[in-house]
Amino acid sequence: MSSQPRVVIVDDHHLFRSGVRAELGDELAVVGDAGSVSEAVAVIVEQRPDVVLLDVHMPEGGGVEVISRIGAEQPSVRFLALSVSDAAEDVIAVIRAGARGYVTKTISASELVEAVRRVAGGDAVFSPRLAGFVLDAFAADRSHDEAPSPQADRELDQLTPREREVLRHIARGYMYKEIALRLGISTKTVEAHVSAVLRKLQLSSRHELSRWAVQRRLVSFDGT
Amino acid sequence: MASAEAPLEQPRSPAPLRRRPERGLIGGVCAGMADHFQVEVIVVRLLMAMIVAIGGIGVAVYSLAWALIPIAPESEDLPRRPGAWREAVLMVLGVVGVLVGLRLSGLPIGYAVVWPLVLGVCGMALVWRPTVSPSSSHPRRVSLREFASRSGRIDVPRLVLGALLVAFASASLLHTVGVLHSLGKAIGAVAIIATMLSLLVGPWVVRLGRSLASERAARIREQERAEVAAHLHDSVLQTLALIQKRAGDPREVAGLARRQERELRHWLLERPTRTDHDSVATALERAAAEVEELHRVPIEVVTVGDGPLDDGLEAMVQAAREAMTNAAKFASSAHVDLYAEVEPERVEVFVRDRGVGFDPGAIPTDRRGVRDSIIARMERHHGRASVHSTPGEGTEVELVMERSSAA
Repeated sequence: MSSQPRVVIVDDHHLFRSGVRAELGDELAVVGDAGSVSEAVAVIVEQRPDVVLLDVHMPEGGGVEVISRIGAEQPSVRFLALSVSDAAEDVIAVIRAGARGYVTKTISASELVEAVRRVAGGDAVFSPRLAGFVLDAFAADRSHDEAPSPQADRELDQLTPREREVLRHIARGYMYKEIALRLGISTKTVEAHVSAVLRKLQLSSRHELSRWAVQRRLVSFDGT
Repeated sequence: MASAEAPLEQPRSPAPLRRRPERGLIGGVCAGMADHFQVEVIVVRLLMAMIVAIGGIGVAVYSLAWALIPIAPESEDLPRRPGAWREAVLMVLGVVGVLVGLRLSGLPIGYAVVWPLVLGVCGMALVWRPTVSPSSSHPRRVSLREFASRSGRIDVPRLVLGALLVAFASASLLHTVGVLHSLGKAIGAVAIIATMLSLLVGPWVVRLGRSLASERAARIREQERAEVAAHLHDSVLQTLALIQKRAGDPREVAGLARRQERELRHWLLERPTRTDHDSVATALERAAAEVEELHRVPIEVVTVGDGPLDDGLEAMVQAAREAMTNAAKFASSAHVDLYAEVEPERVEVFVRDRGVGFDPGAIPTDRRGVRDSIIARMERHHGRASVHSTPGEGTEVELVMERSSAA
């Protein structure tokens, strides 16, 4: 990446858009913004940015709708979901729609720049919370189906021990560089692991994943 | 079996009269009555069986009770007890046996009157049942499919069956009394008038019903909106006012915003804030919230899995709280990460900051808090704690507790 990644910001809150624009302005090339799904589609088609910062919650279907309208036509455009929501079903939904990462809106400016660069470079970006969700989801799957479903692709349904270890470190608040150092692997390898997890998250054909996300919200824990 | 499960709902001592289908034989009427009157369920069943045996009135009583007593909300989604139907069939066979015995013994009970009555009341019970089902008496969030299956497909055959039973019962009663033949003309007249009337007012009644329904929906929406508005007013608007007043103090403002955010999130996710029995995750979240409040450093809590607290885990939460406090007080880190993983065999908690860090070799002299309240506390409960820190790069406290001893 010799040049700065070109970014489009999509969020229905005008204040938030201008805030992010100001924060990213020096480090990245913000080439457009949009406040609705249809606006977003128009701007993205026109500008062909590298990365779209995408709000999860918007009228007319939100981030998922934008991804589904753009994704097939312009596979070179990458999406980074940005949300105030921590609800697991939102996060899982936008990732499964095709976003390459998920961060919360409280993220600091420098971390956001870093995340955008990473997504522009084709890697995945997991916030600690998303890492926690993924660990939880795959752990829940593992305990729920003792009888392996023969038609499902087993490889997609499970995390390798190494991937689990990497996710655990992300959930603990470590950066990729630090994780690489601690596990004695290269940063590239860490990135590869995270991308593999992202792929599993998106491609795993099991409906359990979505069901888990919904259940997590609906079932309040009873202490037993 | 009722008495064994009674302590489960001890907060309300006189249980309201509700059916408990998951514990009953047929519709859970007896089980519900036993709960209500606080007697053994077998007593109620025997009484019911006796009433049934005396000429069959009991069947009508049971059907009416089944129709009119709503299901206990907590039993709604529970599966029925396995084998309940078999027991019910056995009981019915027993009752029929007793009835046949009575008949053979030649007692004059007047079956010609009693049985039509019984059948008629059963039919009415079938017809009334949908209108007094709990889903319509107290609104509950029901998925569309569930709703359709409850009020649409199942009810039509039930209504028809009920109506047939009532018609049959009336006819046979009338036949017994001996007025059936002279009734033909009257029925014809009534039928004609009824048809005319329904043609006249039918559309109007349908329209009235529809407008009532939409009015009700609007009212519910309005209530929900008012509830949301009230909540926002009490919480968010108050906080925003406070923030405007304290605009000069960024730490205070950030703290206020953070607290409001946490509260609103809880409300949105509808997770009840519990105090009686806590899980590991909620206890950690609460501890983090308290530390955050005290020291104004945001703490990001991520938990994987969950489980009930026991003494050891309680101590672990305390140790984690201490670690968070240390990080917030001394590390001058912009934020603190807490990650907890609750597995069946063990629980791990990591508290990480990106602050100044320190030399772990210096713990014994100037950081007694770490040794006493974190390491020693964990060891007392057969857990482990270790502190990893590098000056300039931050600190991570790692807590591990095996759960083999946990119940």
